Amino acid sequence: MILDSLAPLYAELSLAVFAMLLLVYGVLQKGQVARKVSYGALVALITAGMFLYAEPKEHVSLLNGMFIHDGFAVFVKSLILLGTGAAVMLSIKYMYEEGFARFEYAVLMLLAALGMMLMVSAGNLLGLYMGLELQSLSLYVLASIRRDSIKSAEAGMKYFVLGALSSGMLLFGISLIYGFTGSIDFAQIASVVSENGASNLGLTFGMVFVLAALAFKISAVPFHMWTPDVYEGAPTSVTAFFAMVPKLAAVALIIRLLMGPFETLTDQWQQIIWFIAAASILWGGFAGIAQTNMKRMLAYSSIANIGFALIGLVCANDEGVGAALVYMALYMVMTAGAFGVVMYLRRDGLSAERIEDLAGLSQSHRYLAYIMAFFMFSMSGIPPMAGFFGKLVILKAAVASGFYMLAVIGVIGSVVACFYYLRVIKVMFFDGLELSLDKVPSTSRQIVVTICALIVLFFVVKPEPFINMAMQAAQMIS
Amino acid sequence: MFDLPVLSLMTFLPLVGVLFIVSVRSTDEEVMARNAKNTALFTSLFTTALGVYLAMQFDPADAGFQFVERMEWFPSLGISYYMGVDGISLFFVLLSAFLVPICILASWHSIKTRVKEFMIAFLILESLMIGTFCALDMFLFYVFFEAVLIPMFIIIGVWGGARRVYSAYKFFLYTLLGSVLMLVAMLVLYAQVGTSEIPVLMENPVVRDLQIWLWLAVFASFAVKMPMWPVHTWLPDAHVEAPTAGSVILAGVLLKMGGYGFLRFSLPMFPEASEVFAPMVFWLSVVAIIYTSLVALVQEDIKKLIAYSSVAHMGYVTLGIFTATTQGIEGGIFQMISHGLISGALFLSVGVIYDRLHTREIGRYGGIVKNMPKYATVFMILMLGSVGLPGTSGFVGEFLTLVGIYQVDTLVTLFAATGLIVGAPYMLYLYRRVVFGKQVNDDAAKMSDLNLRELSLFIPLVAMVIYFGFFPGYILDRINPSVDRLISTYESGLQKGEMRRAALLEAAQVKPAAGLDTQAVGTVPAFAPVHTDDAMDGGDLPMPIINYNE
Repeated sequence: MILDSLAPLYAELSLAVFAMLLLVYGVLQKGQVARKVSYGALVALITAGMFLYAEPKEHVSLLNGMFIHDGFAVFVKSLILLGTGAAVMLSIKYMYEEGFARFEYAVLMLLAALGMMLMVSAGNLLGLYMGLELQSLSLYVLASIRRDSIKSAEAGMKYFVLGALSSGMLLFGISLIYGFTGSIDFAQIASVVSENGASNLGLTFGMVFVLAALAFKISAVPFHMWTPDVYEGAPTSVTAFFAMVPKLAAVALIIRLLMGPFETLTDQWQQIIWFIAAASILWGGFAGIAQTNMKRMLAYSSIANIGFALIGLVCANDEGVGAALVYMALYMVMTAGAFGVVMYLRRDGLSAERIEDLAGLSQSHRYLAYIMAFFMFSMSGIPPMAGFFGKLVILKAAVASGFYMLAVIGVIGSVVACFYYLRVIKVMFFDGLELSLDKVPSTSRQIVVTICALIVLFFVVKPEPFINMAMQAAQMIS
Repeated sequence: MFDLPVLSLMTFLPLVGVLFIVSVRSTDEEVMARNAKNTALFTSLFTTALGVYLAMQFDPADAGFQFVERMEWFPSLGISYYMGVDGISLFFVLLSAFLVPICILASWHSIKTRVKEFMIAFLILESLMIGTFCALDMFLFYVFFEAVLIPMFIIIGVWGGARRVYSAYKFFLYTLLGSVLMLVAMLVLYAQVGTSEIPVLMENPVVRDLQIWLWLAVFASFAVKMPMWPVHTWLPDAHVEAPTAGSVILAGVLLKMGGYGFLRFSLPMFPEASEVFAPMVFWLSVVAIIYTSLVALVQEDIKKLIAYSSVAHMGYVTLGIFTATTQGIEGGIFQMISHGLISGALFLSVGVIYDRLHTREIGRYGGIVKNMPKYATVFMILMLGSVGLPGTSGFVGEFLTLVGIYQVDTLVTLFAATGLIVGAPYMLYLYRRVVFGKQVNDDAAKMSDLNLRELSLFIPLVAMVIYFGFFPGYILDRINPSVDRLISTYESGLQKGEMRRAALLEAAQVKPAAGLDTQAVGTVPAFAPVHTDDAMDGGDLPMPIINYNE
């Protein structure tokens, strides 16, 4: 049966079918159905997850090599599904509060998740481009979903224009690679590259263009300029989604490219990744200090964190890649929690986004303040929070591969970044209460924030299973 | 006999107290505060009782680690939950367990806002401090060591004085920068030796060039924590702004983590580097002793004065430790314990008058011996202990340290001994200005003498200061075997290093120098362009010659 041979694709197929069904449902239904569609999206994500785990984690290549199914893909995809689910749950209440409750919202998130899953499983350059564009287009629309807000529209526009530019670079790079290797298939590129070696300048150029485009997607310095503006302008729930999931997927894609077809060019790309890792850590640390807006601060924090994850990639071995996965996953948890807390901050029916708005939170919303403090300490990498273990595995991988300088830059950058994380804690705990915030209950948001806080706090008790899972996933990449 | 996991109980019992405090909810702030205070006091007293049990069960003759506990934590990396104490760490554990109930009692009335949170922070702090001194796994140590920053940051920042935010930041970032460098050093050590167990690492020192770098990275952490001149500037700020209890713990225990780190990491793990850098440490210590004593002389703020005196006293500790002689190291440890008691008590006594007059300015007091005779007596004993009068515990530590340093470097001894003289005036001058003289300030003259609660805080401390001054044997007998073991580890480490160098030299003579180079290049990963310049060990480190995992 043809259908049976597509079994590894079931997760993606089910997601696509669900997205379309929900779209049709939303169009046909009269009135506000955003909430129902969101619940539908959660069901879709769970279903996709079940299909994903029903399949053995062996390496399978489908659709003439365009789609690869392996343990690495399964691991990353399950994180994508979890992250998207968390983002949907964080959004439900927020959509209504901010007045952009449209059913397209959840559908677009599903489509973005679908694009990311295809991206992670890409087996050739065409699949890569299609997956990347599907997620990017969905994200552009999500960024500007609040049509009546100038800021949101501006964020969407900026993101779109710069995203289109990076897509152009990507295509240019792909055409160079195709021109010099005669193939778009990863496996064939790999064999051509290993035969010709690093002597082929055109190929190297193509790879650099592709890397630049992907660095844009993960907002690594020097391709990070869009991040603070888009983070600030987009609705907070969308920002949370941006920070959590697409970055993870793009990092996974970079891993698949660099550890796959370009593995023999390690000498070439290692320098590039080394530089953008170091630059992201330092710039993300220093520039974040000047921010007064919570979302902009978290944007710089995400830049610095991406730099840290890239340290794992510089190592160019299983340990480093596994460490990068662990780091991204833990970062996803902390981000989800931190943005969840930010969404709680409302004053007179408007969202409060400045850092000063948190003043005295420890007196008015005691538990919220403590939870936020956990996330901030965790992002600073202070033990015993989960973030420390992310940094530990990354630094361990770097040191084991001999990148002492990068490790030192990493830890110094993390001390610098610590300054602005501490400021959040300072504002919440040391400053007096000025204006009180509204009390807005939201069950789904509370669930996400609580789970994230528990993970951050109790990861120290048993860090091993998850880290082993990531390391195994890294070994299964092929 | 060792069935009871005393160390884990001591470490995690305070956390049980925290759970208890958190779980009790009441709408009445008053009730909640009282409950929190009682729970915290009870839990910490119980921990102290466990500490007494620990001290009684401790076998003084055994030089190795006792009460060892080991559980799987991170089996695939070989990192485990590994606890144990020897003579060196025993008294730091006891000091932590002993000072916390005193701090809690001292804050009984002076902390008025967010009492519940204060008690939680203190119990967490206690748990982390005890854990730091018990941990026998490098990474476990690091987790405890760095996590201490969180409660301390909160304690200074929330309950501190006017410039509390600045001080809390300074404290946090200074110490963090040092610690993260140590983390990198630990990871390098782990990559080289293949284990994170401190006892194993002590027996297997790495090659000399690497030791130099690692020693510096570790030094960055412990020197800040200690604090040594010139990275001591966070301490006066932190002390001045912290609430009384915070200052007591800071001076009493947190500073000792630096000295403990030198004893656990620098000396046994990097013996060759310690030997190389010992003169530098000596001179830094001498500068600290003399310079900060002089700085203390001109202070107008009582807490700042005592803070500078702490830096000077810690100078003796580093001096003693890096002599690597029995007397020097024992003197250093004794000085730390004695300083923990004396300066802790001194900060308490500052707290007593601060609670009454709400100022730390020396000029606002004067002649209080007339209305506070008991206080004047207690303060005098503590002041003399700080100066190092024979008959107080302060003398023993300084004397032993000087005996130790005399065997190594007489010139340094000259300056260090001069420091003893410079160290006396500022305390005496402080005492004269605060306690004696005319009663110029009416409000200071009206202050009431120590009440029962305050007296009960001072009596055990003062008693110990005097007891250990006359009978230092109780402590020295217990630390002696472990110190001897430390020194033999240190010396065998030096020997290993010499043998290793001799072997290298021989190998270089057998093979021409070029042979060594190619071998070394082979060990450097292939991505040389980026790597060579940055690698701290460079290309001349012939790593695979010696297998450390034998």
